[in-house]
Amino acid sequence: METVLHTKNINKYFNNPMPFQVLKDINLSVKKGEFASIMGKSGCGKSTLLYILSTMDSDYEGELYINGDLITGRDGDTLSRIRNEHIGFVFQFHYLLSEFTVLENILLPAKKLGVKSHQEITHDAIEKLQMLNIEHLAHKKASRVSGGEKQRIAIARALINNPTLIMGDEPTGNLDSYNADNVLDIFRQLSIEQGLSLLVVTHDADFAARTDRIITMSDGRILS
Amino acid sequence: MINWRIILSIARTHLVSKRRQTITAGLGVTFGIGAYITLVCFMTGLNGMLDGLILDQTPHIHIFNEIEPSQVQPLEQKFKNAFTQIHSIRPKQRKKNIHNAFPLIENLTHNKDVMSALPQVSAQVFYISGTIELGGNLTGILPNEEVIYFNFDKYIVSGTSQALQNTPNSILLGVGIAEKMSLSIGDRIQVRTASGMVQPLKIIGFFQSGIADIDNAFSYSNIKTVQQLLGEPQSYVTDINVKLFDMEKAVSLSRKLEQQHDLKAVDIKTANAQFETGTTIRNLITYSVSITLLIVAGFGIYNILNMLIYEKMNDIAILKATGFSGKDVQYIFMSQALIIGVLGGGLGLLLGFLLSIGIDHTPFETESLPTITTYPINHDPVFYVIGIVFALISTFFAGYLPARKARKIDPVQIIRGQ
Repeated sequence: METVLHTKNINKYFNNPMPFQVLKDINLSVKKGEFASIMGKSGCGKSTLLYILSTMDSDYEGELYINGDLITGRDGDTLSRIRNEHIGFVFQFHYLLSEFTVLENILLPAKKLGVKSHQEITHDAIEKLQMLNIEHLAHKKASRVSGGEKQRIAIARALINNPTLIMGDEPTGNLDSYNADNVLDIFRQLSIEQGLSLLVVTHDADFAARTDRIITMSDGRILS
Repeated sequence: MINWRIILSIARTHLVSKRRQTITAGLGVTFGIGAYITLVCFMTGLNGMLDGLILDQTPHIHIFNEIEPSQVQPLEQKFKNAFTQIHSIRPKQRKKNIHNAFPLIENLTHNKDVMSALPQVSAQVFYISGTIELGGNLTGILPNEEVIYFNFDKYIVSGTSQALQNTPNSILLGVGIAEKMSLSIGDRIQVRTASGMVQPLKIIGFFQSGIADIDNAFSYSNIKTVQQLLGEPQSYVTDINVKLFDMEKAVSLSRKLEQQHDLKAVDIKTANAQFETGTTIRNLITYSVSITLLIVAGFGIYNILNMLIYEKMNDIAILKATGFSGKDVQYIFMSQALIIGVLGGGLGLLLGFLLSIGIDHTPFETESLPTITTYPINHDPVFYVIGIVFALISTFFAGYLPARKARKIDPVQIIRGQ
């Protein structure tokens, strides 16, 4: 199977307040269509790893490959472009732009990518909303929808550019069990039906148990 | 590769959603630019009026024949190596006229820097009306030409320059003289020259220059009338007033004239040196006040954008996480500053324009300035161009610093900090 994400000996140090190695020789790969979760105690470095994999943090040692291309050492604009095109994000807190409508929020990454026409991306966005059963919210202000809905909107936004990889940092951490199940179902469906790769950091053992693979971390190392 | 449409749409949404802050920031610029336009239009208008008061009447070069003792005495020429001492040197009695005046005028008129060169005949006279005698100065002029080149009719408060041109033996009196002697248009006044000639002249009008010393002593007549009064031929000219296309050339030309001809030539810069100083200082005040206002407006924008960026930390982080580069984010905030600058500045120009129109229509009547009825305003389009450029530059810098900060925000820190 094709490898979407691949790392070679990633090490990361924090210098503040004192020198400290957060990540130790991380070798990891995620295959196409794989739904993987990263688990571990607080402070084990799982979020730090996720932000390195997401290209947002470029201050590390080692090599990161996405779709077979070396990402390490690229400049900021190129990294932005790669994030825009290949990676979708879902955070614990929904991080929608509150002054924009739901539809505009979803359209932003697509407009930035600037490949398709406005009509095409609007059509895509409505399609994603329909898939997530929230098309009725399209023209509401993002600040006026509920927490569970926000998270589904964030998923729609993550999907808009048809990325190869979706990353989540505790995407269900702030949701009640009903909505958390809902999000998990959506993720499973994406992985199975659309062959999307997913990499999700979570605390929730039940959530992790329902993914294809659990990557357990402890003290900056991958255990299994 | 920057997608301006999306950057501007985000900038616009931010501005619209923070309407009150946007308006406050914009009004800062509006008042700054409005005050600048008003001040500069008013100040330069005032400068122009005050300059005009002097400059309209003052020739750029005034050529005349001054009585002065000879620099080199014949005795000294004869005995070059001897020690000579002459007591009580007096200048020679000679006529006050300019020798070969008309060829000189002809010559000046052909100079490409010269707009016009007009002859005048000035004479010391006594005005006699009844038993009153007043000393004064009668100047013979070419009325039509004086009107064209020296705005002569601007100071005529009653009567016309045309009447002076057409009526033989006519006189245009200073209002001061007319008041003292209770004279009105159509009356006759006797004028006696230094040599004792007396001639009745018909009063065809009055002028008021705003300078009391002139209004109390000066009068004008046709050049021929004065030449006849003095018993001199038509070639008799005591003064030549030169107007140039470019005032700045007055100094060099007047020096050249003095060297070439044995005459005195005074340029306007030398004659009115203190005037230019006044103009410079007024301009300096105008610009320092305006720049201060704009800097204050700039700080307003700087503050508001800074606050906005703190409020929008999450938005910035999410934009960066979803693929917007630091540059994109910087441009979003810079364009907000510039939108405020353009809108605020544009309104400022309008405000300044309306205020200056208001000032232009405010009555301003003063005894010394008879032809001025409202406050002077100088509507020079250049000020509006400077104004909007000022607005854009100050908002650019006010936006640049906060926007650069937004560019450097690390999204990971914001997202993990929650």
